[in-house]
Formats: sequence, C-alpha cells, structure tokens
Amino acid sequence: MDQSVFIFEILLPALMQGLVVTLQLIACSAPFGLALGIGVAVGRQYGGRFVSSVCKTFVFLIKGTPLLLLLFILYFGLPAIGITFSAFVASVVGFILCNGAYNAEYIRGALMSVKDGQMVAAQALGMTRWQAIRSVILPQALRRAIPGLSNEFIYLIKYSSLAYMLTVIELSGAGKLVATKYFLYTESFAIVGIVYLVLVTITTAAVNILESRVAVPGTTRAATAAQL
Amino acid sequence: MDVLLILIDWFPYLLSGVAATLGLVLSGLVLGLLLGLPMALGQVYGSRPVRWVVGVYVWFFRGLPILVLLFLFWFGIFPGLGLGNLSAFVVGAVVLGLRGAAYQSQIFRGAIQSVGEGQMIAARSLGMSRLTAIRSVILPQAMRIALPGWSNEYPNILTDSAVCYAIGVVELLTITSRIVTQTHITMPIYFAAAGIFIILNYGGLKVLHRLEKRIAIPGFGTGAM
Repeated sequence: MDQSVFIFEILLPALMQGLVVTLQLIACSAPFGLALGIGVAVGRQYGGRFVSSVCKTFVFLIKGTPLLLLLFILYFGLPAIGITFSAFVASVVGFILCNGAYNAEYIRGALMSVKDGQMVAAQALGMTRWQAIRSVILPQALRRAIPGLSNEFIYLIKYSSLAYMLTVIELSGAGKLVATKYFLYTESFAIVGIVYLVLVTITTAAVNILESRVAVPGTTRAATAAQL
Repeated sequence: MDVLLILIDWFPYLLSGVAATLGLVLSGLVLGLLLGLPMALGQVYGSRPVRWVVGVYVWFFRGLPILVLLFLFWFGIFPGLGLGNLSAFVVGAVVLGLRGAAYQSQIFRGAIQSVGEGQMIAARSLGMSRLTAIRSVILPQAMRIALPGWSNEYPNILTDSAVCYAIGVVELLTITSRIVTQTHITMPIYFAAAGIFIILNYGGLKVLHRLEKRIAIPGFGTGAM
C-alpha cells in the first residue's frame, strides 16, 4: 500500500476522531483542575489548621503517586467498593485531581508572592478576609501563576494520552489501533507525535497571547519572574 | 485480616518491582545527565547548527507524551533499526533517558547562563582555553546551581517510569496489576503500591536535598536559588 494513501486516507481520519476525544478529555478536565487548584491553594494558604493540612495532604499524596496508578485506582479499584465510573469519566477525574494538585502548588507560590500588606490594607478598608482574597489577592496571584499554570496545561495535553490505558480511544489510542492493524508503527506514532507537537505549540503561543492580554501595566512578565 | 495476610504474602513480590522501577529511574537520570549536559553546552556555546539541532531535539522530546514516545521506540524505531530483540526494560530506560536529556538540558542551560559572562572573559584573560574555562570555572558553579532543579527531575522520571507498564516492563505498577488480577483484592494492593511510590518519591528527594547541602559552597548557597 502506498504510504501517502495510508497516511491520508486511513491514519489521519482515525487520528482526527481520536483528537476529538483528546480535546473532550482536556476540555472536561482543565476548568475543574484550575478550580480545584485555586480551592486547594487558597485553603492551604488561608484556611484554618484543619483545612490547611487536608489541602497539604491532598497535594502530597497526588504528587507522590504516578498518574497511571491513580487512574487504575479510579477505574479498576473503585468498583470493588461499589463506585463505578466509565473509562472516560475515570480518566477525567484522575486528570482533574492530578492537574489540580500541581496547579495548587503554582497558585500557592503566587499567593505567597503577594505581599501581606495587601491583605492588611484590604481589611483596613473594611473588606472581609474572603472579599480581600477574592478581589485583591487572587487577581494578582493568578496573573503571576500563568506561566506555571500553562505549563501544567501542556502537561495535561500530554498525559491525557494515559486515558488510553483505561481503554479510552483518544489520539494515542487511535494511533495504536491503526498501527497494530496495518503493522506500520513508526509512521503511525510519528504522526501521532506530530499532532501532539502541533497541539502543544499552538497552546504555547495561545498562552503567550493570553498572558500579554491580561497583563496589568507595570506587572510585566519580567517583573513577575523577579517577584516569584 | 484475610486481606492483610495476602498483602504480607505478596509483599516481597511487590518489592521486586521496586528494584525494576529504581533501575528505570536511575538509568533515566544518568543517561539524561550524560546526554543533557553536552546538549546544554552545545546550546549555550555551540555554533548555530548545533544550537538548532539541540533545540529541535528538546522540542520533540518535550512535546510528545511519554506513552507515545514509548510506543514509537518500542514498536517502531528500535525494531526498525534491527534492535527488536532489546528487552522492554532497556527500551523503557533508554526512552526515559532520551526524554530526561531534553528536560535536563534545559535545567543545565539555565544554570550555565546564570553564571555571569564576565567569568568566561576573566578565565580567558588568565590564559585558559575555552574548554578549560567551561570545565574548571563555569561548570563547577553551574552544576551546583542546577542541582535543585535537577533534583526535581527525579519525581518526574519516577512517575513517568510507571508508564513503562504500557510496553510490558515488569516494574512496580505491572507487578501491582498482576497481583490484583491474581488475588482479586484491589484497593489494599493499589494503596500499598501508591504508598511505596510515595516513599520512593519523597525518600529520594530527601537524599538529593542532602546531597545539595553537602556540595554547597558557603556563601554561594544553592539554597539562595
């Protein structure tokens, strides 16, 4: 069979179907991962002793465990105690937990980089602690966390491939099926790789645009890096 | 109680996976160091083509998921090169090393660049060759600066090593799922494996942090970085 026929008529259509699933995985995980990250970071930084240690333990456990093992626990382990997820949902839950734990670390670093005086000043103006976090601290911290968060987002694109190990036929899985069927491994995985490279490269460019869009004058990237 | 007995029964087998996992991690780290350091030097001091080649290498290996890299090398590239007889362990270790090199080279590059340019000029003016200056002036400082970042590669490679399960390397995760299949006890075994991974993770980091302190030069703290 001609190579270009294989690539354009068999491989790419299959990969596009897989790509849709990969994008669905990412779209379902990223917003909740960000929300979880913010929640855990704020809880750890401003919560009481109990909340703070729960958040700390959560990050400790998730960061210490390989994501693949976490996915196995969610998909193969939980049914034993009566909780059954579909492979897709189990993957998304795993990605949210993992993404959230790593995001929390970046956001916590950014929260700590906002000077204590700001909280004091906000409270002196009559804001409650919660209002101060929401309208003074977080808007600054999240901007500073963008480089780290976008790194994590790129990791999410890449580790979404692990959903294949739970039988979700996403981009890598689609490539694997075609490769196995036609015995064309190098070609198939090389092209799967190129699709990931395109995704990652586009994301990197998009993040740079986002960063300059939300930048507050005087708090440039260089200034942010120096503060961090 | 039953579960506990079974867990104790299988524990030595579980531990045998630790040896393979550590083997993967160590070869990944060492191979990554051996390849990553010259790549970093090439990217800082090399000619334009060298910088370009290293840049493309880094872009490629950092942009692909570890799972796809493993599949690409295990099913495609190594058999294509006539190396189809290599064991899954070797392929896993090599892929972790090649990928580690891409990440490590960027850590070393940042560290080398953070050593002031004046040091190279000063060394040259003392009559050192470029190579001698790199070897005896730049690198001893850069490597110390790089160590904290380099230590953070360890947990990354450790968690990546679990993905070698996908190409059939008999490491900790593979053994864990084998035990689960045989005993039909899921959660306790998974949690035991997670516990082992967590101990390896933070234990290893502790060792590396101790190493950082040990080789720190007073007044030139890696802690300051």
